[in-house]
Amino acid sequence: MQSRLSRMFVLIGVAVVIVGFALRVNALLVVTVAGIVTAAIGGIGPVGILTAFGDGFASSRSVTTFALVLPVIGLIERYGLQDQAKRLIAKLDKLTTGRLLAGYLAIRQVTAAVGLTSIGGPAQTVRPLVYPMAEGAAIKKYGSVDDPMREKIKGFSASSDTVGVFFGEDVFVAVGSILLITTFVDATYDLALEPIDLALWAIPTGIAALLVHGIRLLLFDRKLDRMAADMRGASTTSGVAA
Amino acid sequence: MITSEWLYWLIGAFFIAVAVLIVTDREHAKRLGNAAFWGILGISFFYGTFVAAKTAPSWVLGIAVLVMVALAGLGFTGTTARGGRPSRTRVASIPGAGVGAETGPAEPTGVMARQSSDSTSVLATTSPEERASFATRFGNRLFIPALVVPVVAVLVATLGPLVTIGGTPLLAEGSATLTGLGIGSVLAVVVAVFVLRPPKIATPIREGGRLLQAIGWAALLPQMLSTLGIVFTQAGVGDAVGTIIKTILPSGSLLAAVVVYCLGMALFTVIMGNAFAAFPIMTAAIGWPVLVQGFDGNPAAIFAIGMLAGFCGTLVTPMAANFNLVPAALLEMRDKYGPIKAQIPTAAILLVVNMGVMYVVAF
Repeated sequence: MQSRLSRMFVLIGVAVVIVGFALRVNALLVVTVAGIVTAAIGGIGPVGILTAFGDGFASSRSVTTFALVLPVIGLIERYGLQDQAKRLIAKLDKLTTGRLLAGYLAIRQVTAAVGLTSIGGPAQTVRPLVYPMAEGAAIKKYGSVDDPMREKIKGFSASSDTVGVFFGEDVFVAVGSILLITTFVDATYDLALEPIDLALWAIPTGIAALLVHGIRLLLFDRKLDRMAADMRGASTTSGVAA
Repeated sequence: MITSEWLYWLIGAFFIAVAVLIVTDREHAKRLGNAAFWGILGISFFYGTFVAAKTAPSWVLGIAVLVMVALAGLGFTGTTARGGRPSRTRVASIPGAGVGAETGPAEPTGVMARQSSDSTSVLATTSPEERASFATRFGNRLFIPALVVPVVAVLVATLGPLVTIGGTPLLAEGSATLTGLGIGSVLAVVVAVFVLRPPKIATPIREGGRLLQAIGWAALLPQMLSTLGIVFTQAGVGDAVGTIIKTILPSGSLLAAVVVYCLGMALFTVIMGNAFAAFPIMTAAIGWPVLVQGFDGNPAAIFAIGMLAGFCGTLVTPMAANFNLVPAALLEMRDKYGPIKAQIPTAAILLVVNMGVMYVVAF
């Protein structure tokens, strides 16, 4: 017999997550404690909690498949993959960091839209190829990059992959999110939606995503220009001080 | 018939191999803690097969998960003597400048640069100078193994489902993409060994283990967040959020209903880490009763765009660890929220775009 108010108490688990992430406590601990707290408030016993963690781990093993790519990436990095990626970029004069990332965004989105989502990813493409090339383009232009610039280049490299795949894959009919929608609404509301109808309605947002993030990536070149100027200013000052 | 389980065994074997390498590495700062973490994780990938098939008790795996969380949370993992945060390792851009500082495993500067490539340390790799000379020697042949992964993955994902042996399909339904990634990864290692001729046959595992330790406990985070999402759903978090959102919805305004549906999808996804978890609840609360039935909207457009509004939430939440935190760990970023910060403006603009598109085309 649960009142409406007591049902709201399960939101304490959500609060644990928000506070934990905000305070930057070890994320594994935050998530685990939030799970235990939520389950306990929701009336799930100790064995039930352990069972939930076990079942959850077993059923979510597919999200860890990125680990399989690590041996080959580590091996070719050992033999200078990132150096070679930077050298390749140095030969292309007009290719700036922003243009390179905008180009990758477009490729990632178009390939995802025809169902080729496994072509890229943070382990497969961003770490070995996209990020070294983006940094190589910046080094070519500015001579060197400092830590703040490198952090920004890494962040935008990761974002070009994620935005591309998110707003490309829904244009493909056989992707999980489209099939989840049709399965859920057809069963619950007695509809008969065609996956192709849903996929078509994903196109306007897909185009908007390419334009918005593409323009932001191109503008990122100007941000890097400013950061490079700051870096030179700082090194001149410290040079004088020394 | 090849199932996804084969792939999970391959991943489990990789984790166990890394654990064995660590335990035999006398130079490792946190040898036993790391070996225990990756070893238990590897065994759990095998044991998970029996849990998924309901032939072994789940609570045993639950205990294993809590042990791994305790090892990571209490600082027994990681590659540095101080603190276990895997993303705080980058030291300097100039080779040698990081000597004596807290130096990470994948950054061959400072302390690591003085070790030669035949060191027995599990974290040892080539120095920047060696890498530069290797790059000159191998040139663009270095890209061949990197390209094998996506090419094979795509070929298997598209052609694999067509293959049948004696009437039964070779690949279990829904496993083609994962199988492709697995076969592509293994073939790529074979090609890379053939092209590059590394000193030892264990070198790919060693170098993969170096990257894996750079990711550290963040490798387990995506699975823990999926689990949390399941617990949230079981405990009724979704219903509670749905109830709150319903009460703030002003009746009679189409624009307000569209805004609340899209905003709700995004916020809910931020909390749950997954738009799939948000969709059924927000659709039951607003999408179906208000937008489709009340305002006579086009269900296909409302649901498709509603899901994309949820994706805007995925772009900005640390709960979606595999999209936002794992890339930060893989790139060894100091700020683990760096990718999220790069994505916030895009997500905010696209959320407004989704509301506008839905308002215009669905009614």
